[in-house]
Amino acid sequence: MNEEIKYNKLKAIIKVYLPDDVSVDAITLHSNFISELNINSANLVDIVLDVEDEFDIMLENDDMDKMQTVQDALTIIDAKLEAK
Amino acid sequence: MRRRVVITGMGVCAPNGIGLTDFAEAMALGKSGIRFQPELKELGFGCQIAAKPELNDELLTQYFTPLQLRGLSATGIMYGVIAGTDAWKDAGLTIAEKEQPNWDSGIIFGSGTLGVDKFREAIYQIDDKNVRRLGSTSVIQTMASGVSAYLGGILGCGNQVTTNSSACTTGTEGVLMGYERIASGQAERMLVGSCSDSGPYVWAGFDAMRILPRNYNENPEEASRPMSASAAGFVPGSGAGALVLESLESAQARGAKIYAEILGGSVNSGGQRGDGTMTAPNSEAVQRCISQAVAHAGIQNNDIDTINGHLTATSKDGLEIANWSAALNRSGSDFPYINSFKGLFGHCLSAAGSIECVAALLQFKKSQLFGNVNCTDIHPEITEIISPDRIPQKTILHQPTILAKASFGFGDVNACVIFKRFND
Repeated sequence: MNEEIKYNKLKAIIKVYLPDDVSVDAITLHSNFISELNINSANLVDIVLDVEDEFDIMLENDDMDKMQTVQDALTIIDAKLEAK
Repeated sequence: MRRRVVITGMGVCAPNGIGLTDFAEAMALGKSGIRFQPELKELGFGCQIAAKPELNDELLTQYFTPLQLRGLSATGIMYGVIAGTDAWKDAGLTIAEKEQPNWDSGIIFGSGTLGVDKFREAIYQIDDKNVRRLGSTSVIQTMASGVSAYLGGILGCGNQVTTNSSACTTGTEGVLMGYERIASGQAERMLVGSCSDSGPYVWAGFDAMRILPRNYNENPEEASRPMSASAAGFVPGSGAGALVLESLESAQARGAKIYAEILGGSVNSGGQRGDGTMTAPNSEAVQRCISQAVAHAGIQNNDIDTINGHLTATSKDGLEIANWSAALNRSGSDFPYINSFKGLFGHCLSAAGSIECVAALLQFKKSQLFGNVNCTDIHPEITEIISPDRIPQKTILHQPTILAKASFGFGDVNACVIFKRFND
C-alpha cells in the first residue's frame, strides 16, 4: 500500500469526526487532531477503532498516547503493517 | 408570586404517527400503531405484538449528524430527539448560538431504561474480553440521562438539564417538574418529555409477568382494549412525546401560540401500603393525587369536563374509574368525558405520559375528543359507575375547558396534571 493511499484512507476516517466548521481541506500531515482539527477527544477512541478496522491492525495503549497528529497516526500504521 | 405557565410547543414520535400532523390525524381517525412483530415471535414471546414508531434513515438524518448516527442504537434517544427537536421548532424557538447556551431554557426529559440495544452490544464485547472496542458512545447512549444530554447539546440549553424516571408516570411527572421550575421563577421555558426504548429486551419482563395479551397475535389492532370487558392486558409500546412549557410573560412577549395553560397538579405515592404494592396502586393514594391536583389547580371537581386516563387495558381499569369517580365525587352522566389513547398505541411505558399529554392537548386545538377504540363492550364494573356515553367510541366534536390527565406507575407512584383552555 503506498503512502498516498494510506493517507487518503486515514483522511476519510478523520473526516467523519470533524466539527461542522472545520473542512476536510484543513487536514494536513502536521494537523494535531485535538488542538488544530478541533476533534472531540472522546472521538479519538473511535478514530483508533476505525483505523484498526481499515488497516486490519491493532493499536496498543502506548500507540494511542503517541497519536497526536495525522503524521503520528501514519507512522504508527506503517509500523504495525510492517510488523504483520 | 407564582407565575402562570403555558404550553407553546409540542412534538411526538408515536407508534401511530411521527410529527403532530400525522399523529393528530391518526388519533382523530382511530389509526392504530400496534403491529405484529416477527422478532418477538422468533424469540418465543407469548405476546408477539407491539407498538413502535416507524423510523427510517432519511428521517434520522434530519435530526442527527452523520457522526451522531454512527453506532447509534439507543432507540429511546432517537425518539426523544425527534420529539424534543420538533417541539422546540413548533414553539418557534431557535437553537443557541455556538458560543453561549440559552441560560433561561432547560430540559427535563425522562426515560425508563435507555439504550438497551447499545448495552446489549457492549455486553457481548465485554464478555468477549474486548472492552477496548466499545467506542466512545457506550456511556452516553446507556446513561439514563442520555436523552436529555443529546437534546441539551442539540438545542444549547443552559438551565437545568436532567432526566426523571418514575416508571409509567415519568412523562406526566416531568410536565409537573417543568411547570414547577417555571412557576417558581427558576426558568423561562422547559422542554419536558419522556421516551421509552423499543424491543424485546425492554418488553420481555412484562411478557414474563403474563400481563400482556397473548391471543391477539393474528389481529394486533384489536389487542389493546382499555375499559373493555374483554381487556386482556396491555400492549407494549415505545416512542417519545415532548412539550415546551413557558412562562406566560415569555410566551406573550414572543407572540407564541399557546396550546393550553397548566393550572397545576400533584404527584404522590401509595407507599406500597394498604392495597398498594410494587405493581398495584394504593387507591387512597390515587384519589388523594387527583384531589390534590384539583386543589392545587384552584378549581372545583365540577370544573373538569375531560379526563385522559392511564387505563392500560388490564383488569385494573375498573378500579381506576372507581378512583376517579370517588376523588371527583362524580358519577353516572355527571362524570366527565373520559378516554384512553392506549387502544391505538398501546402502553408506551416511560413515554406513555408525555405522548398522551401531547394527544390530550391536541384535543384543545382540534376541538375534538379522540374516540376510544376496542371497548364497545365496556366492562360492567365501569358502567356500574359511569354512563356509557361518557366513553365516546368515536372521535366527537368537543371543546375541552379543563382536562385532567393522570398516569400511574410501578412503585405505586401517581401523577395528575390539570390543563385549561387558554384565556388571557
